Amino acid sequence: MGLLNKHGVIERNATLLMVLSLVVVTIGGIVEIVPLFYLQNTIEDVEGMRPYTPLELTGRDIYIREGCYVCHSQMIRPMRDEVERYGHYSLAAESQYDHPFQWGSKRTGPDLARVGGRYSDEWHVDHLVDPRAVVPESIMPSYAFLSHTKLDIKYIEDRLVADSMVGVPYTDVMIAAAKEDLLAQLDPYSDGIDNLYANYGENVVARNFDGQEELTEMDALVAYLQVLGTMVDFSTFEPDASR
Amino acid sequence: MAKTPEKKDPETTGHSWNGIEEFNNPLPRWWLITLYLTIIWAIGYMIAYPAIPLINGATPGLLGYSSRGEVAADIEAVNTQNAPLIERINELELAAIAGDELVGGEADGFAYNGGKAVFATFCSQCHGAGANGAVGYPSLIDDDWLWGGSMEDIYTTINHGIRHEADLDTRLSDMPAFGEFLTDEEIAGLVQYVGALSEINGAEKTEEGEILFLDNCAACHADDGTGDRFVGAPNLTDAIWLYGSDPATLEETITFARFGEMPAWAGRLSEAQVRQAAVYIHSLGGGE
Repeated sequence: MGLLNKHGVIERNATLLMVLSLVVVTIGGIVEIVPLFYLQNTIEDVEGMRPYTPLELTGRDIYIREGCYVCHSQMIRPMRDEVERYGHYSLAAESQYDHPFQWGSKRTGPDLARVGGRYSDEWHVDHLVDPRAVVPESIMPSYAFLSHTKLDIKYIEDRLVADSMVGVPYTDVMIAAAKEDLLAQLDPYSDGIDNLYANYGENVVARNFDGQEELTEMDALVAYLQVLGTMVDFSTFEPDASR
Repeated sequence: MAKTPEKKDPETTGHSWNGIEEFNNPLPRWWLITLYLTIIWAIGYMIAYPAIPLINGATPGLLGYSSRGEVAADIEAVNTQNAPLIERINELELAAIAGDELVGGEADGFAYNGGKAVFATFCSQCHGAGANGAVGYPSLIDDDWLWGGSMEDIYTTINHGIRHEADLDTRLSDMPAFGEFLTDEEIAGLVQYVGALSEINGAEKTEEGEILFLDNCAACHADDGTGDRFVGAPNLTDAIWLYGSDPATLEETITFARFGEMPAWAGRLSEAQVRQAAVYIHSLGGGE
């Protein structure tokens, strides 16, 4: 009768059935997930990637808090129509400091993976305050309150620590200077600007993002939107075709 | 009512619950064949396409497929197909593109329609789907140009943008924020004079206003207020206003100045795309 006929034992014993089901599901999961941790094409290193500055990271938190991801994805798929519209297809490495990533599969609004630098700061502010003032056919809600909501940076050091615990390479120096770096990014003529560049590289864009004196959530969100997809220089990037 | 087993019935499974037994019917043949075929298909698929993760990478598959390779081939195919047209656009004088027999024309012209697609994708968010602009974002369908409406001017503006710091050739001009050195009365006087220039708000020209204008504004906006495209200073004598012509808006403009910004598109768009967009925008009604 053999081993195959023993299934009656498993079917009659609920606990054993559950334990063995778990074993099977675990094996399936391991086979699907584990290769992603070591295969070269999922951990491709790309020049130019850096952790978000404290201001961008705060903006990213606002992006998530307001649920922007519900309508906007951040992943350009490798298809000609998407590349023509949004720019170079997204690389896995471009999400390496995203916790959690913002890929998404539903686009009520356009993909934002490379929105950085595509519009002026003023446009972003105008558009967030009243989307239909600039794009009459838009159905996006208004986020005008961001312009007069003071940015809360009390826990910014802890915020960086949290990300460093899941693998974002924030150094102790970066964490200690988080508050100064955040404020420096809003004023390219401030004293802390050299420190910001030293910590995050010369490519960081520093300016007053919302055009107002006060430090608002609008500053942070626009800073985040303007950095999206701009870290990797695709004029020098050579995609490995086998990936 | 349960059927009692007869001889011609298939075997039972041997299970018995309170006397009820279960037939061990074989699976339908078509179903079994489909199952086996899908298994064979899966094996073939695993051989042909990337599938099994190994130490350094997944098995590449006999067909050598990759999603990156596929999109590159797609793009290459279209580029090859359009190569003669793109080359033509790039080698023509800007002004000659629209009338060229190979790429010109509106109904089926490669330049015009390509430019239309570029405009819809990259420009319409600020300038509007119909290029009619919005408050702070110029309309491109009228004759009123800040930096010039010739093919060369439009081409340069698209390539290098306006006040786009990252581009060294960007179009630059800084209107001073007059609130920093004029009194409230002086600004009110200018608001009144500028209103009178374009015959709006029912304002009338005054001598004090004219002196204020000549002292502070005429250097860029010209003595008669008709503006200067070399520095992107708008014509103040017409009815077209980028930010609005009501006294409150004029006061704000003079007090704080305006610095509209347009990104530079060179780099993001190809040379041919910039030229196509210039052809399209030039054709919208205001082209010079």
